[in-house]
Amino acid sequence: MRPVRIFAIMRKELLQLKRDRISLAMIVGIPIMQILLFGYAINMDVRNLRAAVADQANTHSSRQFVASLAQTQILVIEKAVATPQQLQDLLRAGQISVGVHLPFDFDRRVLDKHRAAAHLLVDGSDPTILGVANQLVNVPLGAMPAAQGLSNVRNIEVRPFYNPERRTAVNVVPGLVGVILTLTMMMFTAVAIVRERERGNLELLINTPISTAQLMIGKVLPYIAIGLIQLALAIAVGRTLFQVPVHGSMLELYVAASVFIAANLSLGLFVSTVAKTQFQAMQVTFFVLLPSILLSGFVFPFDGMPDIARWLGEALPITHFIRITRGIMLKGASISELSHEILALLAFTTIAMSAAVLRFSRRLD
Amino acid sequence: MAFQFRSRCRAAVIHGESRNAMNNEFAISARGLSKSFGDLTAVRGLDLDLPRAQIYGFLGPNGSGKTTAIRMLCGLLKPTSGGAQVLGLSVPGSSDALKPRIGYMTQKFSLYGDLTVLENMQFIADIYALRRQQRKSRIDFLLDDYNLSEKASQLAGTMSGGQKQRLALACAVLHQPELLLLDEPTSAVDPRNRRDFWSKLFELADAGTAILVSTHYMDEAERCHRLAILDHGVKVADGTPAQLQASTGMTVLEIHAQSPREAQIALLANTAIASVTQLGIRLRVLVSDSHKDAAALVASTLHEHGIQSEITKADASLEDVFVASTLQSAEER
Ligand SMILES: Nc1ncnc2c1ncn2[C@@H]1O[C@H](COP(=O)(O)OP(=O)(O)O)[C@@H](O)[C@H]1O
Ligand SMILES: [Mg+2]
Repeated sequence: MRPVRIFAIMRKELLQLKRDRISLAMIVGIPIMQILLFGYAINMDVRNLRAAVADQANTHSSRQFVASLAQTQILVIEKAVATPQQLQDLLRAGQISVGVHLPFDFDRRVLDKHRAAAHLLVDGSDPTILGVANQLVNVPLGAMPAAQGLSNVRNIEVRPFYNPERRTAVNVVPGLVGVILTLTMMMFTAVAIVRERERGNLELLINTPISTAQLMIGKVLPYIAIGLIQLALAIAVGRTLFQVPVHGSMLELYVAASVFIAANLSLGLFVSTVAKTQFQAMQVTFFVLLPSILLSGFVFPFDGMPDIARWLGEALPITHFIRITRGIMLKGASISELSHEILALLAFTTIAMSAAVLRFSRRLD
Repeated sequence: MAFQFRSRCRAAVIHGESRNAMNNEFAISARGLSKSFGDLTAVRGLDLDLPRAQIYGFLGPNGSGKTTAIRMLCGLLKPTSGGAQVLGLSVPGSSDALKPRIGYMTQKFSLYGDLTVLENMQFIADIYALRRQQRKSRIDFLLDDYNLSEKASQLAGTMSGGQKQRLALACAVLHQPELLLLDEPTSAVDPRNRRDFWSKLFELADAGTAILVSTHYMDEAERCHRLAILDHGVKVADGTPAQLQASTGMTVLEIHAQSPREAQIALLANTAIASVTQLGIRLRVLVSDSHKDAAALVASTLHEHGIQSEITKADASLEDVFVASTLQSAEER
């Protein structure tokens, strides 16, 4: 196998990319935009929820309790009202997300294990806010989300492990990197062969001595570099703007990412041998993207999903990659501890690439 | 016995086969090459002997199967039945071994529009794995020879039809193939560029390249050393242009009449007259040789309708050959 042919394809791909301004802009734009969007706009942080207080007890300890709630920064107490009825009105009007009701006998209730000392009135229509309330209290939810018991002030001090400030960016960026790479890498190769077919280039290409494997490898290699650039951008934005840490080895992260990128590119190539038009190729890409977001552990905890969803998730490269990024970036894991995931990605790449080579026809019929 | 209408074809096939089994003087020899797409038979039983160092034409209207035949010959389509020896290799079996030895110019421009002229040529040179020195000398030579030097850094997609076609030919011959397959190479090209293009083809043929070129232009077909006429996927005639013109089996008459439209209607009403075509104020009429005195037949037909006319005998043009042979195949169908 003469590498000159592979280099020819690689050079051609890069030249075409260089002249395709929109694709170039996307390579840079998608990671930066996505990280910014998730970091700022889509804020699932348990912070700065608008709240009002109805402190009917108005004792030293009740005022202290309100002050310590404010200190968590989860709530911003904007109003003080007289009755729980007024809290409910504000909630219904959407002016606050959380109402804190401290009854007249607050001091006595604090000492009584069987009665709630305070009531949190929560806007249950927003699952995120409901989740916040669950972080504020340590007792099981009752049937009514609108009236929660708050039995112990110290519960608020509970801290999760790898993300002590519970900041969304830290949770999201390692997974989001996987989503960004799945989308862009698959897209590049999914249209790669279809586009040449649509433009008529393929009829010329398959009449030359280039082999299918040379063609496929030449099409994959340049985009591995592109994918690593995207990863670097995403991590740079995540680190500088949202203080997302990389506790493990950066080099190992890039090595693991290369395998993940190759897996997506190979899958894209396979799609490209099946799709008849570029539009079909795009559709299949999104068909893969949705479960990649939903079943990979990116949005929902992997362990909480039913078996069948977990099996599907295991078959997606991104599921393994998210474990790798969370491991290396947040937990400081080394690549050897994650060798299972790397092997899964290598296996996926091999299968997808072989399928693409086998499916690719060097004839027109 | 190089030229025959299809009705006389069978003897020639047997003749050709026995000759071909023994030597390899042909760049292509196809036997019974057929291709169907579902119900449609795009090419039916094509026999073809293409000599080396010559230009062989495929003449036929759109949809007559030219592209399909060429694609089968280079291994891009698998024949439904029949097969071919191309440069001594059997197709479709050995098409991989064949690829480095043929050059193919697709009907639609198939180089990269978003690469420059030079980049396209370098790409093709690398795909054919030319050695570094040869790569440079071939590209420099062809840029100059095909008048592309000034365009070297222009994007291929922004060039005119004639320039694209020169680039496509330059890329098809970069690796100096023994056989060139050119599918309607001049369809988007003005007459002057066509002439230049054909002089390139003659240079290549003189240097020993066998060339198969498809066209629907009569004047181009006339330049070929030999040609085959395709109609509805069937080869209806083949031979040198002179042979084809000498043996149409038709008498060609030119008629000057006062009202050519009326004359045409009158002549078409007579079933003994095979074809009537208006060329400006003249009519060109084909009458089968089975009618002894064609001129008298036409004169009397026009006289019956009271039309004054002047009748002269003409030599068959390739267009007449084309009309005559497609008429004959239509009768057989
Ligand atoms: N891939 C295909 N599928 C179905 N029909 C086809 C295909 N390719 C060609 N044809 C049909 O075969 C016939 C011959 O086409 P083609 O070889 O392109 O003719 P030409 O090149 O002489 O114009 C046409 O009727 C065309 O529609
Ligand atoms: Mg055609």
